[in-house]
Amino acid sequence: MTTGTKNLRRREPLTDTQLLVTITVCIFFAMYAAAMLIWGGGFLRPQKVFDLLNDNAYLLIIACGLTTVMICGGIDISVGGVTSLVAMSCVAHMNNGGSVFTGALLALGIGLAFGAVMGYLVAYLEIQPFIVSLAGMFFARGMTTIISVDPIKNANEGFAGLMKTKIEIPWLGYTARNGNLIPARMEIGVVVALVIMVIFLVLLRKTKLGRSFYALGGNQQSALMLGVNVRRTRFLAHLLSGLLAGIAGFVFLMHTGAGNASNAAGAEMNAIASSIIGGTLLSGGVGNVLGTFFGVMTLSTIKSIVVTSGLRDPWWQSITTGAMLCFFILLQSVVLSRRGRHKAHLPAWLRGGAGKQNA
Amino acid sequence: MKKQKRLAGLTQLLVPLIALLALVLFNLIRDPGFFSVEMVANNNGDPVLKGNLISILNGASELAILAMGMTLVTAASGGQDISVGALATISASVFIKVLRGGGAIGVGTILLGFLLSCLVAMAFGAFNGTLVSVFRIQPMIATLILYTCGRSVAYWINGGASPTVDSPIVTALGGFIPGVPVPTPVLIVIAVGILFALAFRLTSLGLYMQTVGINQGAARLNGINAVGMKLLAFIILGACCSVAGIIGASRLSMVNHEQLLLDIEMDAILAVAIGGNSLGGGKFRMTGSIIGAYVIQALTTTLYAMKVPSTDIKAYKALVIILLVVIGSPVVKQKVSHLWAGIRARRAGKEAA
Repeated sequence: MTTGTKNLRRREPLTDTQLLVTITVCIFFAMYAAAMLIWGGGFLRPQKVFDLLNDNAYLLIIACGLTTVMICGGIDISVGGVTSLVAMSCVAHMNNGGSVFTGALLALGIGLAFGAVMGYLVAYLEIQPFIVSLAGMFFARGMTTIISVDPIKNANEGFAGLMKTKIEIPWLGYTARNGNLIPARMEIGVVVALVIMVIFLVLLRKTKLGRSFYALGGNQQSALMLGVNVRRTRFLAHLLSGLLAGIAGFVFLMHTGAGNASNAAGAEMNAIASSIIGGTLLSGGVGNVLGTFFGVMTLSTIKSIVVTSGLRDPWWQSITTGAMLCFFILLQSVVLSRRGRHKAHLPAWLRGGAGKQNA
Repeated sequence: MKKQKRLAGLTQLLVPLIALLALVLFNLIRDPGFFSVEMVANNNGDPVLKGNLISILNGASELAILAMGMTLVTAASGGQDISVGALATISASVFIKVLRGGGAIGVGTILLGFLLSCLVAMAFGAFNGTLVSVFRIQPMIATLILYTCGRSVAYWINGGASPTVDSPIVTALGGFIPGVPVPTPVLIVIAVGILFALAFRLTSLGLYMQTVGINQGAARLNGINAVGMKLLAFIILGACCSVAGIIGASRLSMVNHEQLLLDIEMDAILAVAIGGNSLGGGKFRMTGSIIGAYVIQALTTTLYAMKVPSTDIKAYKALVIILLVVIGSPVVKQKVSHLWAGIRARRAGKEAA
């Protein structure tokens, strides 16, 4: 009996999204396997996964920051705008004599500035995060068009070299019809995104700051009583989100190579959707960066499947995305309410059994 | 007691009213003739009112209607609906589809189109409402679904085109009714406002919505159907979307699924916040939201008059929004009142000495 409780205690997760994340991961793999079986072709090649990663590296970075803010119980819808502004200003800076290094510094600076201002307004002046980040989004999008209404193409040679640099993985490649081996290619942005994801995974799980994010989102009053500096924690969450949006802007530019006023359009909502599919709750205190990663992958795989399956009318992509989102949101709601009910009504021994089944 | 209550209500309206006043003063200083209204003959030869004031009142119509519905949803559910723009586009598409259905367009066809689009919008509103009230999903997340796919659904209804209608009645709906110098959308806003005012006066709708928003459990224990109230708020917002969508489509006599009422959900939420309403639900003042809508439109018109390119307007708008919310934030209010109290105490001390 004692060992049983010990096991239970050891298994007690930091947040109760383990099940939701598991479901998302399973659905992602099932979906991908189904795509492999039905459409084969591109889906059978590992390059497809790398393509999805290449296209969505910036989204993954944004979503990591957004997940952190959402765990704190806040929201940041300015991230897409900041990404677009950073991409535009970096390309303008580098085309006018700036180096890649100062461009990267500029990206970090803009991101940090947005994060700091919005964090201050949200944490210290206690203004609703939705409104603050809405204003941030308007400001960033407006500034983007003030810099240039027309798209700017990168003309900096150093940056062009950085864009062309790709990590090649020969053993995951495939042999083309003419017999040449085409290795799997991954952009530098993907490495950046994956490194950031791992850092955030550790930050959220293992550090004091990460734990105080969860505490703050779970219950602000309790966090305060536990000695968490609520204001500073909330400020830091927004600062991190801004910083990541800055990095994402640079990565976005590395992928597309041009600044455009409609850069990363709707990225904020895609990032929110990815976080939700990955099991993060907007109410705070619950979430996981790993889930967010699978959220991003699930979302992009669906879009890719819709295109492959021949539903080429322009509306199908967002309609299926919406339906998928609806499915996941309903699933979450049902799972969470069922779990809550189990906790409330079932006796301890039955609950233990249910827990084992879930695990 | 009653006076105090009224005063408390007025302070809530203070920030939006001051903002509106500041905008008006700014414009008057910049250009004394900014608000001059004149009668001119339009293309059909009818005398109509023209001027910046009229264009503010006219341009804010959709926003004002959506802000009214959004206030109810915010009050009852403690969250915001971010799908109103998409929903308005869907209902506008349904409206135009009915009008293009065949035959001459008479008042009957318009009414049928309005009824159908209203029904569709209310059904979508009920969908959002069910997710929020029955499945207890946060409103922003629940409406994210329709936000993602709404405009595509509208595109699908249109069959992949931007259909136009050619009818004097539709033109009148989005412009001027012959013989009436006031723009029709302004009249529609007044009608919707009166409907809401009557509903609040004659029924306990407003009180119930507030109660549900303040404490859902307590509301239920008091015999209020909390789930039903939330659902009702979303259905009402759906009807508002339909009206706003039809106005928007009638202005141009066409539906462009990508451009129609773009980003209006953000403006509508902003109007509610500028109006001094808490986005966390509970007590609300619809008057505040309506003033908030006109503040936003006045700001936009002012920026246009200052020759700011339409794409850059957002940046300036953001600065004004930040200024407004900082002034309205409780922390700043508290600090200012502390400062004020300190000054008064010092002055009193000096007088005593």
